[in-house]
Amino acid sequence: MSTRPRARTAGRFLGLAAAAVFMLFPVYWLAVTAVTPREDLAGGRPPAFPNEVRLSNLSETWQSLPFSQWLVNSLSIAVVACVLSVTLNLAAGFVLAKYRFAGRGAIFLVIVSTLMIPIQVVMIPQFRIVAELGWLNSYWAVIIPRAAEAFGIFLARQFMLGIPDELLEAARVDGAGNLRTFVSVVLPLCKPLVAVLVVFTFMFRWNEFAWPLIVLREQALYTLPVGLSFLQGQNGTDYAGLTGMALLTSVPVLVVFLVFQRYLVEGVARTGLK
Amino acid sequence: MSTATAPAAGEAAAARTPGPRRRRRRSAEAAPQTGVRTRAATAYLLLAPNLALFALFFLLPLGAALVLSLARTTGVGPTEWVGLGNYEQLAGDAVFWRSVVNTAVLVLLTVPASLALGLLLAVLLDKPVRGRAVFRTVFYLPYVLSGVVVAIAGRWIFNENIGVVNRVLEAVGLERVAWQSGAVPAFVSVAVMITWGRLGFCMVVYLAGLQGVPRELHEAASLDGASGWQRFRHVTWPLLRPTTFFLVVMMVIECFQVFDLVYVMTGGGPGNATQFLPTYAYAVGFGARQQGLGAAIGMVMYVLVLAGTVLWWRARKDQEAEA
Repeated sequence: MSTRPRARTAGRFLGLAAAAVFMLFPVYWLAVTAVTPREDLAGGRPPAFPNEVRLSNLSETWQSLPFSQWLVNSLSIAVVACVLSVTLNLAAGFVLAKYRFAGRGAIFLVIVSTLMIPIQVVMIPQFRIVAELGWLNSYWAVIIPRAAEAFGIFLARQFMLGIPDELLEAARVDGAGNLRTFVSVVLPLCKPLVAVLVVFTFMFRWNEFAWPLIVLREQALYTLPVGLSFLQGQNGTDYAGLTGMALLTSVPVLVVFLVFQRYLVEGVARTGLK
Repeated sequence: MSTATAPAAGEAAAARTPGPRRRRRRSAEAAPQTGVRTRAATAYLLLAPNLALFALFFLLPLGAALVLSLARTTGVGPTEWVGLGNYEQLAGDAVFWRSVVNTAVLVLLTVPASLALGLLLAVLLDKPVRGRAVFRTVFYLPYVLSGVVVAIAGRWIFNENIGVVNRVLEAVGLERVAWQSGAVPAFVSVAVMITWGRLGFCMVVYLAGLQGVPRELHEAASLDGASGWQRFRHVTWPLLRPTTFFLVVMMVIECFQVFDLVYVMTGGGPGNATQFLPTYAYAVGFGARQQGLGAAIGMVMYVLVLAGTVLWWRARKDQEAEA
């Protein structure tokens, strides 16, 4: 009897390892290509293991286009958008989970129903509104229209429904105001939620492509994904440069993910995202 | 409002049990009676920025899109009102129909694949296994990458001439595949990259869902002689139904949002083989600057997503009523 569970555990491990190889392969292949000397790629046979690691591929490509400026743009937008969105998500989630007021159900329904709107449906009018406000070619054009997000509000509300009302009442009995209650009672309980919101918001803003492509018309204002898309196709694609930049521009979002990922499953489980 | 005085232990236990519906009702009942007016004022105040943003950037544009879809305009110059003219034009537009069919096929291919693979990985990871945290991170990683990066990986791996997929096929004695110039292979390559990028998300959500499956139920089923498969089929799977529902809705909506991956990987080609509703709406609305026609495509998408969600919701309700 004792060997069967062990064999099964080993089988599970092997299955997972095979899946991991499959899932990691594209990233590995990008990395290998990025450091392979260009003449080896031109030969049509990129090697599975590079004979020579040429890091100058990366620095050359980085300098060939305003990548430093795009990095500053992307970071500014993602960080400001993240702070703004998470604050708004938390406020709305708290109110929708813990306050009773007329129209609560209707407001929640309206917010969640915007989840169903494919972004391309509203993109043309959104563009016109942003243009009307005079925000084209500014960070605000990217940040503000996406600051309130149904997905984040939905997550925050679901999570905060699980906070016992007794705690809030106790704080109130002790004389804490709404803000005080939120900051010293609710927020400390919301660490996994904040982690999930930060990961998702940072990821969504960092990776966003179509919207910045439309509202940022000047090359100096591009974000990294938009800039990256211009690397391909010009006079035949330089795959060493393209794959290297693709990986390099993913580093910040990977860092955010790795820092917060241990909260992720707990956060997702407790937000009732299921 | 009897629950307001319910013992704290009972309330905490209720808060811990997975069951959003039950929790919602309780928290509503337990809301205190004092200071209701000031609290309502605070509530509206805290919601105001969110509501203003939703109104300005989602509800107003949705209404505007509907109006715009009845007009012919390039954004500059006069607007010509054409009634349902744009919709009539779409009805006779082969590329539009191609996009509709492609989007439907994409849903049918990628949604079940992402869910099945995500669930498989989640089940394998649910029990203790060496390196669990590493596996979880690795499987989730592609979801963190931007569509542009996934597309670049896809273009390179499925490159017809020097791509690694064709080299492997050749090495094992199979024919090279026209991943970039062939319609069906190009579609498949896009679907593969989409599934690769998304199944980690399904895995994490299923992992969270599996945590809500009580161990006692499994133990009881084991004692009754149920095999592993039977326990999964009759205990775990039914309890995961809400998780599956959520994921299906999310994945279908993502198929109706797919843009950057296709735009960068294939540009909708070859010959519209990978043209989907979002990419076609962009090509028409921003590429060809026919804003009214682009808005009409958007409205069609909206109606399709809405109808799909409602139908699925009903089906789920019926299922639950039967169970």
